[in-house]
Amino acid sequence: MRHIISILLENEAGALSRVAGLFSARGYNIASLTVAPTEDPSLSRMTLVTSGSEDVVDQIRKQLNKLVDVVKLVDLTENKRIEREMLLIKVCAEGGERDEIKRLSDIFRGRIIDVTERAYTIELTGDGSKLDAFISVIHPRRILEVVRSGVIGIARGNASCVPDDRSSCLNSNDPAA
Amino acid sequence: MELTGAEIFVRCLRDEGVEYLFGYPGGAVLHIYDALYKQEEVKHILVRHEQGATHAADGYARSTGKPGVVLVTSGPGATNAVTGIATAYMDSVPLVVFTGQVMTHLIGDDAFQEVDAIGITRPCVKHNFMVKDVRDLAMIMRKAFHVATTGRPGPVVVDIPKDITAHKTDYVFPQDPSLRSYRPVTDGDPAVIRKAAELLLTAKRPMIYAGGGVILGNASSELTELVRWLGAPCTNTLMGLGAFAATDPLFVGMLGMHGTYEANMAMHECDVLLAVGARFDDRVTGDLDKFCPNARIIHIDIDPASIQKNVAVEIAVIGDARLVMRELLAALTASGRRLDAPALKAWWHRIDEWRGRHCLEYDRANTEVIKPQFVLETLYRLTKGDAFVTSDVGQHQMWAAQFYKFDRPRRWINSGGLGTMGFGLPAAIGVQLAHPQDTVACVTGEASIQMCIQELSTCKQYDLPIKIINLNNRYMGMVRQWQEFFYQSRYSHSYLEALPDFVKLAESYGHAGLRVDKPHDVEAALKEALGQRDRLVFLDFITDQTENVYPMIAAGAGHHEMHLATDRELA
Repeated sequence: MRHIISILLENEAGALSRVAGLFSARGYNIASLTVAPTEDPSLSRMTLVTSGSEDVVDQIRKQLNKLVDVVKLVDLTENKRIEREMLLIKVCAEGGERDEIKRLSDIFRGRIIDVTERAYTIELTGDGSKLDAFISVIHPRRILEVVRSGVIGIARGNASCVPDDRSSCLNSNDPAA
Repeated sequence: MELTGAEIFVRCLRDEGVEYLFGYPGGAVLHIYDALYKQEEVKHILVRHEQGATHAADGYARSTGKPGVVLVTSGPGATNAVTGIATAYMDSVPLVVFTGQVMTHLIGDDAFQEVDAIGITRPCVKHNFMVKDVRDLAMIMRKAFHVATTGRPGPVVVDIPKDITAHKTDYVFPQDPSLRSYRPVTDGDPAVIRKAAELLLTAKRPMIYAGGGVILGNASSELTELVRWLGAPCTNTLMGLGAFAATDPLFVGMLGMHGTYEANMAMHECDVLLAVGARFDDRVTGDLDKFCPNARIIHIDIDPASIQKNVAVEIAVIGDARLVMRELLAALTASGRRLDAPALKAWWHRIDEWRGRHCLEYDRANTEVIKPQFVLETLYRLTKGDAFVTSDVGQHQMWAAQFYKFDRPRRWINSGGLGTMGFGLPAAIGVQLAHPQDTVACVTGEASIQMCIQELSTCKQYDLPIKIINLNNRYMGMVRQWQEFFYQSRYSHSYLEALPDFVKLAESYGHAGLRVDKPHDVEAALKEALGQRDRLVFLDFITDQTENVYPMIAAGAGHHEMHLATDRELA
């Protein structure tokens, strides 16, 4: 089964290679992996999509938690979540095709962000299946380039994947917070 | 007052209470060696190869429970240390290994003796650090010792560029090394411990399977109390030998591929299995589909990732073995109940039947060729089971594990997980330094010993009176055994031609050497060697070339499918 795991990592050189190395050394799958800094400069957020039997994914979570650079890990698949991925796609758009591509882009709530005489570059966000659907309606010969960001995700509701010691308005008694 | 990085390095070691630093100098660590020269508190042991440094530190750590500390230079110094780091990693031994690195501004330029030590060691360390600022040096060193020695222990590498060791800053020994991302669990969940006690109390055929974690966690006395309270049979893994006394009647011997018949059969037929500090390694379990088919399993381990990794268990307690077993015994005692006595009696009756097969029998009466088992039995008798025994890897390792009965933890020092040939002699160096008054025997073979033979020179430099028990069968014995069993006796490259004269070799390093080729000379030679308290004696026993290690479970078979000896197959 597919799992989407959100990880807070120490923002240290080599932290990413520890995670990537763990997956290759133990033969686990990585479908996608995104990393970026957070509002706390000492932490990076990694969102990792993997798949495997429940036993394997259980081991993946445990092995990730064992890495000294991993501050917090949440398997978003366990609860309701929002997933987003961004797609940048460059498609051939000439003559009469230009209107049709524009309409398709509108239907998928995409935005044309760059235009030449022969091509459109379209930005689209959504979950993976929406991006897949959009790509599938464009004729393969029209597709010049596809760039996908990999999945990011966040839990629905009040639950969050933040360091245990971080206070927020939700766990503070201060009404002004 | 400001100190250089090199001076801070030495002060940190001193403040961590480091007794011995095993190392080898080179360009990138010369500032540190200069600082070591100017002090006497941290004693540096000069090895002859960096692999020897890591194994020696490892032997020191396993025999004392304190972290072993290593210093090597950049490039080949670091790569040579990798085998020893991986050895320690597989057996969860606390090591702190400092590798020199080229100057910060040269990193990435393929400078002389540059290697990505952090990258190379990453898969075989618990954690590693690169020091980028001299002001971080003391804290990183403190964290390295903290991470190496707490939780499930393991090796930690600290890579220090040369310029950092020359830069200056104020030195304060950091008090709190805690990391927000590293909080090992110690106490087990009381509710789960109560459930474990409940399950144990229902057992009719209980079995205790204890591994190296009991030794690493200093939990031998808790294990002993628990086993005795239960009145259950106890087996130890190769790494766990000594965790429960081998001479205790409740001990059924080692389990696994070359374990005893009674231990493996009891595993196969038990109805409740309590695993403590053991990781269900493939050499222990054999075929997982046939593993403990009737047992409900309780697993105590400090590493959550060890739980449910290879074997599904019903009750898992994550925590320190010592604390958890203490709580478990308290819960059992508080229940006011005991195990079903008639069932337990019947169980022991069954176990005694298995014991009656005398699975460790060998041709004791042979007066022509030396049986390797006989050498180890005699060593055991003469040292009264009280020696520290280090071992290399192969047949001799298994025979030592079978025939030397360890009653105390930290006496049996071997590379179980990685199976590193060359481990025994340098490990003995670390053990002998830590225990100068004790007998340290290195049980080895003519193939293994040659992988780190250069450390005979280190033994001479520091006057280490190690007793080398070389079981010389002119074969890589375990390879030969597998080739005999599984490759129709095609002995591909397992016969060692052109062996050195080990007696002369030992003598050339300034030690005593003795060759023994008749069974009736074995005892006298061992007595002679053990009597020489102040010098290393290399005993070269010319042993039976064709002796095999029994019992044996072939890879992929179940515990009940053992071979006892070629002529008496049981399976």
